[in-house]
Amino acid sequence: MASLLFYLLAATALLATLLCITRRSPVHAVIFLINAFFALALMFYLLGAPLIAAWEVIVYAGAIMVLFLFVIMTLELSPESQRPALSRRQWAPALLLFLLLLISAGLILTFDPAGQAGVPFFYASPRSFGAALFNRYGLAVEIVSFQLLFAAAGAYYLGRRRKARQPEESS
Amino acid sequence: MNLWRDIKGTFQPFWITLRYLFKRPVTISYPEQKRTLPPRYRARMILTRDPDGEERCVACHLCSAACPVDCISMQAAERADGRRHAAWFRINFARCIYCGLCAEACPTLAIQMSSEYELGNRDLLKLVWEKEDLLVDHGGKDPDYHFYRHTGIGVVAPRGGNNDELPPVDIKTNLP
Amino acid sequence: MNDLLLTGLLMLIKLGMILAVLLTMAAYLVLAERKLLARMQRRYGPNRVGFGGMLQPLADLIKLLTKEDFLPAQADKWLFLLAPGLAAVTALLAFAVVPFAPPLELFGRQLPMVVCDLNVGILYFFGLSSLAVYGVALGGWASNSKYALLGALRAMGQMLSYELAMGLSIVPVILMARSFSLTEIVQAQASLPFALTNPLAFGIFFIAALAESKRTPFDLPEAENELVAGFHTEYSGMRFGLFFVGEYLNLVVLGAIITSLFLGGWHGPLLPPIIWFLGKVLAVAFVFIWIRGTLPRLRYDQLMAFGWKALLPLALVNLLATGGILLWLGGAS
Repeated sequence: MASLLFYLLAATALLATLLCITRRSPVHAVIFLINAFFALALMFYLLGAPLIAAWEVIVYAGAIMVLFLFVIMTLELSPESQRPALSRRQWAPALLLFLLLLISAGLILTFDPAGQAGVPFFYASPRSFGAALFNRYGLAVEIVSFQLLFAAAGAYYLGRRRKARQPEESS
Repeated sequence: MNLWRDIKGTFQPFWITLRYLFKRPVTISYPEQKRTLPPRYRARMILTRDPDGEERCVACHLCSAACPVDCISMQAAERADGRRHAAWFRINFARCIYCGLCAEACPTLAIQMSSEYELGNRDLLKLVWEKEDLLVDHGGKDPDYHFYRHTGIGVVAPRGGNNDELPPVDIKTNLP
Repeated sequence: MNDLLLTGLLMLIKLGMILAVLLTMAAYLVLAERKLLARMQRRYGPNRVGFGGMLQPLADLIKLLTKEDFLPAQADKWLFLLAPGLAAVTALLAFAVVPFAPPLELFGRQLPMVVCDLNVGILYFFGLSSLAVYGVALGGWASNSKYALLGALRAMGQMLSYELAMGLSIVPVILMARSFSLTEIVQAQASLPFALTNPLAFGIFFIAALAESKRTPFDLPEAENELVAGFHTEYSGMRFGLFFVGEYLNLVVLGAIITSLFLGGWHGPLLPPIIWFLGKVLAVAFVFIWIRGTLPRLRYDQLMAFGWKALLPLALVNLLATGGILLWLGGAS
């Protein structure tokens, strides 16, 4: 049952991602991306990580994608200015990545044909997850949070309202 | 202090709305309860009669000329005794805007506004009212006014027969 | 096998009852809101259909169902059709984690009075409430109308900004209850509801919830006098009805969440738990309606400034203070 659900979700995620990169309209692309995130979140839930699933939905699908959508909608792309079809130059890196993916999949399958070394099932309750995050990886979490703080301060500095200067100084 | 005023301004309205919640609504539930309209309310027009019970309208067309939406039409006719009247008189209430200019224009006080306002109808043609529908059996807002008692020589009274009228001067003689 | 069948049957009955009660509540909240607002303005409100207007929701439903389902010519068809459903479904799904009574003993088994007692219940609610913005945003965008687009943009900005304050305001609650599960949060308030122990968090959450549900004084996405009807300008018939139902479902769900997080859920003396729960939810809904009847709409810059410059710092300070006090009391493990 669980594995069936997993394959279903994986197929959904893959299909949604594929549709996301092939849609012409950016809004449609964002919607498929949200769909992919949602499938991904449910997969996390299936794998025993409800907290990560919840964060995936809240942060990625619920906040970041809303920002994407916000920007796309404010840009007001008319139908003429939608993305043209991809050129060969844009196809090349995608193909390269796809090849890499195929190679790595092949490697995994050749070394472990039965798929024995899958992810060991471990149920991460919110409490244990938090304990692991802040005890074992506490320093990393703090560094990342400081980085985010610096980024926020930097963004504020760059976007600050400059005082009106003298005409000869401004250029 | 400013902050105190803001806080008060935010929370005082709540008390007011809560109090209003328990007050009686001021709505008049229309079809069941009806307002007493003011006496000079301007709703649909009527055609009034003079104290003798005759139609006041003399078909002078002043009302239809005054009407900004051209909703009044009529055909003038004259009786054998010289009294004018409307052969037919028609008001299209679907067009009428109830401005009252016709009543103002009327020299004989024939056309007047009444306080009957319930004209709602699903059929537009039913809003075209003929003279028979418009005529009423009273004198409206000035019941004693009788146009032909002041003018319209020799129609309801012989010449000089009205109260405020002098007998006609006999131009054939200059005896006092 | 028989056991499994019985469990499934009980589950289905429970789901059906919850669905029925939720939808009825949403429908009658519309009526209650119209009636209460009318009385606050010294009017009668709807009083023609049925006794005192009691059948008005039914009449509205019939009207909406028989109206033309209009699709604007330039609209993005699929998104336009999808958006109202999203708005209603996210509100409906969010109720899944709300516990409305203590577990019931039935046929010798425990029947939890909650659809699904997730151990990340609050986060689930948050995820859905952040997804709820898509119904509005996509509906506004797909309509291909300036008013709808502006409404959608406002909704997105507003909901993003207030979600932060909302999230931060419940962290103290989670700290105090030491769980994400709403059932455990309710059980932690058996003696004293969190609204009394942490009134600041309650206030912030309440205001943020008002903004999340796009209600006055934060109803900028559908500000009638600027944007016609905001994001649902182009909608008609039952699709408009779905937006409408979604809004009132949201009201019920937010009432239930506020009740569970801050007002002690089903806990209360004398009366049975379910009555307490319903009463609290309705009380919250009444306050929402009361606020709508009282306060004028904010300007958009005021809304943003209030969210970012007042609520967010307050929530952060409150979080710090609560954490500090809990540590001081030795509550932290």
